[in-house]
Order: sequence, then C-alpha cells, then structure tokens
Amino acid sequence: MTELLSPVHDLTPSQTVGPFFHFMLTPKAYGVREIFTADLTQEGPGGDRLRIEGRVLDADGAPIPDAMVEIWQADANGAYAHPASPKPAANGFRGFGRCPTDAHGAFAFDTIMPGIVTTFDGAPQSPHIAVTLFARGMTRHLVTRIYFAGRDDLAADPVLALVPPERRSTLLAVAVAKGLWEFTIRLGGDAETVFFEA
Amino acid sequence: MTRLIYPLDGLKAHPPSLSPAYTSTVRRAPSKPLILLPHSLTEVTGPVYGHDSVVAGEADLTRQHAGEPLGERIIVTGRVLDEDGRPVPDSLVEVWQANAAGRYIHVKDQHPAPLDANFTGAGRCLTDTDGRYRFVTVKPGAYPWRNHHNAWRPAHIHLSLFGHSFLSRLVTQMYFPGDPLFPFDPIFNSIPDEAARNRLIARFDLSVTEPEWALGYQFDIVLRGRQATPMEEPHHD
Ligand SMILES: [Fe+2]
Repeated sequence: MTELLSPVHDLTPSQTVGPFFHFMLTPKAYGVREIFTADLTQEGPGGDRLRIEGRVLDADGAPIPDAMVEIWQADANGAYAHPASPKPAANGFRGFGRCPTDAHGAFAFDTIMPGIVTTFDGAPQSPHIAVTLFARGMTRHLVTRIYFAGRDDLAADPVLALVPPERRSTLLAVAVAKGLWEFTIRLGGDAETVFFEA
Repeated sequence: MTRLIYPLDGLKAHPPSLSPAYTSTVRRAPSKPLILLPHSLTEVTGPVYGHDSVVAGEADLTRQHAGEPLGERIIVTGRVLDEDGRPVPDSLVEVWQANAAGRYIHVKDQHPAPLDANFTGAGRCLTDTDGRYRFVTVKPGAYPWRNHHNAWRPAHIHLSLFGHSFLSRLVTQMYFPGDPLFPFDPIFNSIPDEAARNRLIARFDLSVTEPEWALGYQFDIVLRGRQATPMEEPHHD
C-alpha cells in the first residue's frame, strides 16, 4: 500500500458552462475554426461502426436544448489515444467527441464499438464510453458511462456492480436498428441516469 | 482491491449541483447521490490535443478582424498546474467571453448592448513547457440575466481545459479583482467556500502589464491530478 500525501495545490473550482459556449466550443455556425466534432469515424479507425442518438432531459423530463455532451472512448482493441495506454490506439484515432444538444435536447455521435478495457486489477470491463455532460444550470459537469445492452459481459462489469441493480439500465444504450443505439440522459425522474464521482 | 485513485478531498472546492439561488440548477441537478467510480484506464487517460490543435493568432482575440475591438485591452496569463504543483504542458485552453459592452456574439444573447464587428470573443492556446498560457483580449463587460430581478453577472471570461486525463477536465470562469457584483452573483457564490471562490479572481500584475498598451492579469489554474500512485482504496459506502 502506498500512501498519497495530501495535495499541495487547491483545485480551481468549476463554474457553469453557461448558455453562450457554442461560438467557442462547438463553433461551426459562427465561422470559428472547429477542432472537435461528433463524428469519430472521420479518424478512420477500424471496428464496428455505430451511431448513438439520445436526448438530455431535465428533472421534469423536459429537453435541455443548451447542453453539451462529450465522449471519451477506447478504439476497437481497447486502446486509448493517450500516453498512459499500455497499447497504442489505432493510427489517427483520438477517441474524443463533442456534440451540443439541439432545440429538442438531442445529440448524436458516429463512432465505433470500443474494445474491452481492463481495470488495474486486470478485470475486464464491458465495452463502454465515458460521457461528460455540461449545461447552463449545471455548476459542474456530470460524468456517466454508456454501456451496450445485450452483451453477456455486462453481468461481470466491475463498475456496473457498484450500481444498484434497479438503476443499471440507465447506463445501457439500447439498439434500435443495426448499428443505431439510443441513450437518454435524465437528470431526474424514475429513470434518473446514474452519475459518477470520479 | 487495488485501484488507482486520485484523492477526492480537493473536489470539495466545486459548487454543489443544486444551488437554489442559481435557479436553473433546480431542474438540472441530479437528485440521487453520485456513485464513486474506481479509476481505470478510462479515467486516467483523456483526450490529447496538442500542437496540432491550435493555429497562430488564436490566442489574440484583438486581431481576429479587420480592425481592433473597442474596450480596455488586457493580457490574461497564468500557469496550469496539477494538485502536486507540477506544470501541465502542451494542454489546450479554450476561452470565450462577452465584448466590452457585455454582449456575446451568441445568437441567443438578447442583451440590448452593441455587438462589435471587430470582436468574436473566442480564443484558444496551448500551455508551454512551464504550463503557461497567455491571451490578449479586451476586458468583458458585465451583463444582465434573468435569474432574479436586476440580476447582473460580474465581468468574467469562460475557460475550458482538458489537462492530463479524463479526471482533470474543467470548465470554469475567471473574474476580475474588486468587482462590485460579487456579493450578488449566484453563479460565483455557488461555490460555498470563500477561499475557493476567491481562487477564481485574477490578480492584477504590473509586471504582466505592457506600458502604453495593455493591463496584465495573472490567473493560475489547478487541475485534478497527481503523480499516479497505486494504493489500497478503503471501501466507500
Ligand atoms: Fe458568461
């Protein structure tokens, strides 16, 4: 066991992204150069293509039209485009996407099915995509995960095991057609999405 | 169970999701507690956007159009550090702000203050090897919003940073010293701890100020993250 000393520098606190982020963070419509998109397949990774469509809903179930969703994922071999990844990611694949919600609270990502990433104990995790949610009225971003309904390895996933069984389905994208998955993010209600403190 | 965990203590600096004086939080805060996520490779990695993501000139918001924007020209600079005080180099910083009159170029901004044809208010830069970033811009104006009667936001610049990992992601706002609107702003005051709030206020710095040209402000940013150290994590209920 290795003890961590307490941090020597205090974190800079979060503040809401506010309603006016689009002209910098998702700026295509403003003629500002865009560096992030919601289409990770442009990076030409191998793997099974998939599209994830969803909506962001508030505690009353009303769509949130001014949210921003970010995703972070491994390539089809379970490698991340990051120096800490034990194996390198597919050439050109960065694994990051960003999408603002539209007037109906909807977002969509085109990407590939991520591979299996193990925990530091070596336990396999079911394929998942990390999600970060920002919006006006959110003082700090929220973190959740997208898993894929129907997979046999969900039952053994060590993160899902930490989630009360009746809430696990909120983390599952559901296939509605071949290659098309639906994932709704709910900030309240009976099916409130599970969010994580990481 | 061995997990790789950054300490959680520092997270107390952040505002709670539900901050009722900021009325939009009421329907946009989860009602159930967050579940503690053990750190796997998914969390200790994160998007890497380095030198190829920024082009020359994006850090100078006063030179993005034919003429110069109106307003008080300022330099905003600082270091991006992790919790150990180590610099976070080659890391993307995105900023956006209102113009000197307090108006955003954003289509949804209805504040009846003038737009400035010479100002977009969006900038990017990369931290250097010392973790330092630097923007040239104009000081944004205060602007009204509809949170409560006669609500005005103190002048601020929005910032978005990635840092080393998925865990270090931060979106925040930088404020200017001495703003009379601080006591009345529910967003600034959504941060419960006064010392933490005050870390969002930039410091005027005469050594950053350039004679007969621009006032200088220093704003250091500390992101989540430590030297990665495996540890036995006690059980959390
Ligand atoms: Fe703002």
